[in-house]
Amino acid sequence: MFAYVVRRVLYAVPILIGVNLITFALFFFVNSPDDIARMQLGQKRVTAEAIQKWKAERGYDRPMLFNGQAAGVEKLTETIFFRKSVSLFWFDFGHAEDGRDIGHEIRTRMWPSLAIAIPSLLVGLSCYITVALLLAFFRATYVDFVGVVLCVAAMSISGLFYIIGGQYLVSKLWNLVPISGYGQGIDTWRFVILPAAIGVVGGIGASARLYRTIFLEEIHRDYVRTARAKGLTEGRVLFGHVLRNGLLPILTGVVVAIPALFIGSLVLESFFGIPGLGSYTLDAINAQDFSVVRAMVFLGAVLYIVGLILTDISYTIADPRIRLR
Amino acid sequence: MPYRHVLLWTDALVWLLVTCAMVFAWYVAQHEHLRAPWRKVTESRYGMSALVILAVFVAIGLLDSIHYRERLDTRQASGAANYAVEVLSLFDALAGRLRNKPERTYSAPLAAYAYAKENVTRPDGTLAREFPRLLHGGAHLDDPAAQLWSDVLRKTLAGAGLAVALWIALTMLLAAWLAGRREQAFGDTLTEIIRGRAALPWRPMLLSAGLVLLVACPLAVLSGYYHVLGTDKVGQDVLYQTLKSIRTGLVIGTLTTLVMLPFALLFGLMAGYFRGWIDDIIQYVYTTLNSIPGVLLIAAGVLASQVVMDRHADYFETVTERADVRLLFLCLILGITSWTGLCRLLRGEALKLRELDYVQAARAFGVPDWRIISRHLLPNVMHIVLIATVMDFSGLVLAEAVLSYVGVGVDPSMISFGTMINNARLELAREPMVWWSLASAFVFMFVLVLSANLFSDAVRDAFDPRIRAGWSLFLPFRSRPALVVAPRS
Repeated sequence: MFAYVVRRVLYAVPILIGVNLITFALFFFVNSPDDIARMQLGQKRVTAEAIQKWKAERGYDRPMLFNGQAAGVEKLTETIFFRKSVSLFWFDFGHAEDGRDIGHEIRTRMWPSLAIAIPSLLVGLSCYITVALLLAFFRATYVDFVGVVLCVAAMSISGLFYIIGGQYLVSKLWNLVPISGYGQGIDTWRFVILPAAIGVVGGIGASARLYRTIFLEEIHRDYVRTARAKGLTEGRVLFGHVLRNGLLPILTGVVVAIPALFIGSLVLESFFGIPGLGSYTLDAINAQDFSVVRAMVFLGAVLYIVGLILTDISYTIADPRIRLR
Repeated sequence: MPYRHVLLWTDALVWLLVTCAMVFAWYVAQHEHLRAPWRKVTESRYGMSALVILAVFVAIGLLDSIHYRERLDTRQASGAANYAVEVLSLFDALAGRLRNKPERTYSAPLAAYAYAKENVTRPDGTLAREFPRLLHGGAHLDDPAAQLWSDVLRKTLAGAGLAVALWIALTMLLAAWLAGRREQAFGDTLTEIIRGRAALPWRPMLLSAGLVLLVACPLAVLSGYYHVLGTDKVGQDVLYQTLKSIRTGLVIGTLTTLVMLPFALLFGLMAGYFRGWIDDIIQYVYTTLNSIPGVLLIAAGVLASQVVMDRHADYFETVTERADVRLLFLCLILGITSWTGLCRLLRGEALKLRELDYVQAARAFGVPDWRIISRHLLPNVMHIVLIATVMDFSGLVLAEAVLSYVGVGVDPSMISFGTMINNARLELAREPMVWWSLASAFVFMFVLVLSANLFSDAVRDAFDPRIRAGWSLFLPFRSRPALVVAPRS
């Protein structure tokens, strides 16, 4: 298993190089640094000196891939590609266009994101599984039918509706929690509870329906029939057998996302004014701050790959029949 | 000619898609083995009711996909005609009543008075601060305060009456057509349809057609006199905007899949069929693309395309053409981020198919590889492509709204559900609240997505019930579902 993990980590390297090349191409060849400078400084009436100055301040005045004027190794390192793209590999994210250290921002902003993402993951997972098990218990009855119809309806509603509706209902009409913002210490929960709840509600249609199908697949298997035949109650069958075996495919979808949790949700965070990584990214996109977007693309890719490896490992724990070689 | 036809890029692709769909339908109708799963789709009650509603949306979208520019009275020095900068569509021409009656600013649904108080000069010369009458909404009434609701009720009932008449006519026509086809008595056919005994679920389909008529007819009657869903900040009719949004949603939902399809098919089949280093390279490409967070790749792509378009601003004659190219870019980028799921499915299927006896036999006879792929593999994965197309649709329509909020969606000048929601979400804070733009965008989007979901379920159940959209909520940057094969069938 150790060998397997090492091999997977090594496989990740070419993928990350690919990600790096794609983002480099997108940000530096499609848009030359001159374009970026012009966009940052305002479209019209930008003098060439202003662009040069802007590029020099941020280190965009180096050559793209190869610096013929430098000596030795610096021929390769004193380039935009090395300074801005390759440096991401040792998590040196550099500075945003407004001069702040991206690495520092990421370290401070991941906590608010986690404060929302972890509760909504845990509560959401237990809610969806409960609903799905209930529907599976009442399978082929009106309860099941109505439940599935509600699920399909719920997944047809735009996520933005849940956010705007929830904010309006809970914060504005009932005045239960603040509309947006983020607090310090113990007071934080008042800001966290609504976005987390909306995160849970927003996914209930699709997830509960998916999990229900997974459980129903298990319910028609032979071992379940055997369990019933030996006189187990339906509850024991559901919790002891169906749930346990159904959890395996559910795990696949969840574990892969766990590392990405601390990036947070773009839309949810910006609607609720939470100073997490999601709203950070969104602000960067709106301000067209390419260095932040670049850093987040790379970080997201790394976390996704970590998630994939974790998924494989969690398989061996959940299902002893699976061996990783 | 008093107008000049304008062929936008998305129009061309939409009509190409329509042509392909028609050729495909004709081809399927010729082959019994292809017809069988479709027959199963047509037997699904929910699927077919949803299809009726979808057809209405598609009809609106197609009407909105024929564009032209009106000729102006002035002429250029050379004598060539001048054409208006504004690009109109056939739908605009039909909905002229909605488009040409702007108010000054917000007005509530079915209102006759403006949203805010203004200084008004009374007929007797005194100045007063009151709610002025709207320019067009309820302008035919003498005393709106007393007459408004009775007038609205009367017009709604007239619309409903029209709807019932149309519905009865539709039912009769259907029964007459079926009776003619089956050489059966008209009365028997009608009873069969009404009792729900016909082979096809005509009764639910007629019911949903009736529902559509019941909503559409009163809306059509009322919209001649009022702004049924109110007006927005610049006084534009919200109903008109909502109907215009349908085309944007449909274009994004269908063209994205169309754009990615050739890549997904080619790479997926090649990877599965050739295996070896080709498989390695293709797998590497899609794993790399897949590991970039979707929204960020889209954002990066859209920002990049924005710069390119700013640099070549002179390529576009009108704002509409520019917005249209941006929409096409968005479809392309969305396609690039989403072809990986389909590609993986196709690769898996191709791996399975290449071991089957008939493919082995073809190889043994020395049939060239490309021929095996096109003759033996391609037809056998088409059902996956079909399912992917219909299942992606609803996710893409929803994704458009989110992307517009993030600021990397369609051009701000293009009417879409996303831009409507984005413009309207701050208006909730107004007093009194402006809720109508938001509500109508959400309701129409809900109906569109719900019917698409129901229809795609029917298609999936008929073709391959194992494939489903695994919506992973917990992947924060993945705004749309990824297609997966059910674990352990």
